[in-house]
Amino acid sequence: MSPTLIVDIVITGLIMAGLYSVMAVGLNLQIGISRVLNMSHGEFIMLGAFGAYLLYTLLGINPFVSILIVAPILFVIGFLIYITLFQRLRKRAKSMEMFEMNSLLASFGVLYIIDNIALLAWGSEIRAYTYLANPVNLLGSIFAANRLVILLVAIVVGLALFLFLWRARWGKAGRAVAQDLTSAQLIGVNIDTVLALYFGFGALLAGVAGILISMIYTITPLMGMSYAIIAIVVVVIGGLGNVLGGLLGALILGFIASITMHIDMALQLSVFYAVFMLILLVRPQGVLGKTYG
Amino acid sequence: MQFTGKRATYIGLLFLVLVAVAVIPFYTSAYIYIFSTTLFMYAVLAVSWNIFCGSSRYISLGSAAFFGVGIYTAAVLGDAFPLPIVIVLGGLVAFLLALVVGLSTLRLRGIYFAIFTFGFGEFLKHTVRWYEINITSTLSRWVPMTDPVITYYTMLIVLLAALLTSYIIKSSKFGFALQSIGESEEATHHMGVNVTAVKIFFFAISSTFMGLAGAIIAGRWTYINPAIAFNPVISFTVVLMVLVGGIRQMYGPLLGAAILTIIAEVLLTEFTYYYLALYGIILIAVILFLPSGLLGLFARKGVSKSGGILARFR
Repeated sequence: MSPTLIVDIVITGLIMAGLYSVMAVGLNLQIGISRVLNMSHGEFIMLGAFGAYLLYTLLGINPFVSILIVAPILFVIGFLIYITLFQRLRKRAKSMEMFEMNSLLASFGVLYIIDNIALLAWGSEIRAYTYLANPVNLLGSIFAANRLVILLVAIVVGLALFLFLWRARWGKAGRAVAQDLTSAQLIGVNIDTVLALYFGFGALLAGVAGILISMIYTITPLMGMSYAIIAIVVVVIGGLGNVLGGLLGALILGFIASITMHIDMALQLSVFYAVFMLILLVRPQGVLGKTYG
Repeated sequence: MQFTGKRATYIGLLFLVLVAVAVIPFYTSAYIYIFSTTLFMYAVLAVSWNIFCGSSRYISLGSAAFFGVGIYTAAVLGDAFPLPIVIVLGGLVAFLLALVVGLSTLRLRGIYFAIFTFGFGEFLKHTVRWYEINITSTLSRWVPMTDPVITYYTMLIVLLAALLTSYIIKSSKFGFALQSIGESEEATHHMGVNVTAVKIFFFAISSTFMGLAGAIIAGRWTYINPAIAFNPVISFTVVLMVLVGGIRQMYGPLLGAAILTIIAEVLLTEFTYYYLALYGIILIAVILFLPSGLLGLFARKGVSKSGGILARFR
């Protein structure tokens, strides 16, 4: 194995891990704090991707600037969906387990509705734009600049989220809710707001992931499911609702992706699912388990 | 058990329905009985899903895996064996596969079991696709076509078998064991029931019917590929049908399958462009407003109006 190949695998692995961690972290918050295994997560990724695509092709707005426009809009959509649908389900459910199952099924309804609207609005053709695609030489391996920028954005998003969860008041409230909903309520956390807030954050982060994806891959209104599934795999590997575990899951999957890319691209998804099922069977609580330190 | 007047009426009605269903291909257009075959197919899937998942409360999102295995069995062996053998083999392969997958119920419950079974279906889809592209150098396969009338009757027979199995299990010792697992798995174990064996056996029985349905419908679809055979939407649709009709009730899945297949057909032909959204709205409305399914509307007592779908389920 030549040194260039190793550099290639490691850096590609890190880039994929960065992308996967942004894709998964929103879902992780939605599961861990809002208690919704949101199957429509991929649709928010798709909406983010189309937002960036439209702003870039129609108005020439730089995708990084469109993060500031698209992400808040998705936050509001996510927040409203939680208030109108999932909050109602939660109030009616007799137990948390019942709510989790009901909300999982209801999120499929949300998925179908968003897909349908997107298909009506944008048709089913495949789209793409090029932005920052110039090659960069890194230790003898060539990478497109936009892929390296993705890694940077992923690190920034990770740090910002970490600071928010551990330092900000609303972040602490979120972690308290993740640990124990009832106790959090007893010490005065307004759980209705917190659950809706973090569902909105999940949609926002999905939007950011979608914008990153639109820079390097083609996009269609039906792209969501395949990304949502990867996000679920990452989250399950790390442990449902464990943000740090999600990072580990993203690293594991990122390197699997990077290695399979060099062996047999077609095998990638099969290997993902095999690892997913294996980890689920061996450690259902995820590699790191459910902890909010 | 007394043979009361009410019971006689039921049996008479059942007999009439059976006769009516059996003569459909002779008196109606091809469209009607081909559509009915699809309806029966979903009914088989929903009834068999309910056999295991309804009672045990293990929610499987992996119906497409076993259904798809049946389809692929028919595709691979369709030329080599006569139709009845192909169909039986489709069920057998699904049965054997389910024995292995059922082992996962030893470790996974609730939401984890749901995503595991979903992941299993996707794993099969991508692995079959990889195999087809790299080993057989094709993506799709052709299945020998069967006469639509034969497909109709075989599907009807399998549906009746599934209903009969569901009925027998419901009033048998093992059926009670399965229900008791749904109430409290630990308590059932302490009562001396071999929980593992019961779970795996019923999961395999339920999957067998899905494999049979796949092997039969393959002869009508004729063109298949991994995305068609292992379509995850089928898994969700089946769960939705059971929930709409009423979970843990004999005729709930049958009713749900019939209603949703008809609604889907109408939506698809009348509102082609809004089909998905309307389906999504129905799904959400059912979860919000019909906690125990349509049959729940007629239930006399013990059904709460609130509590989401799993009210009847907890």
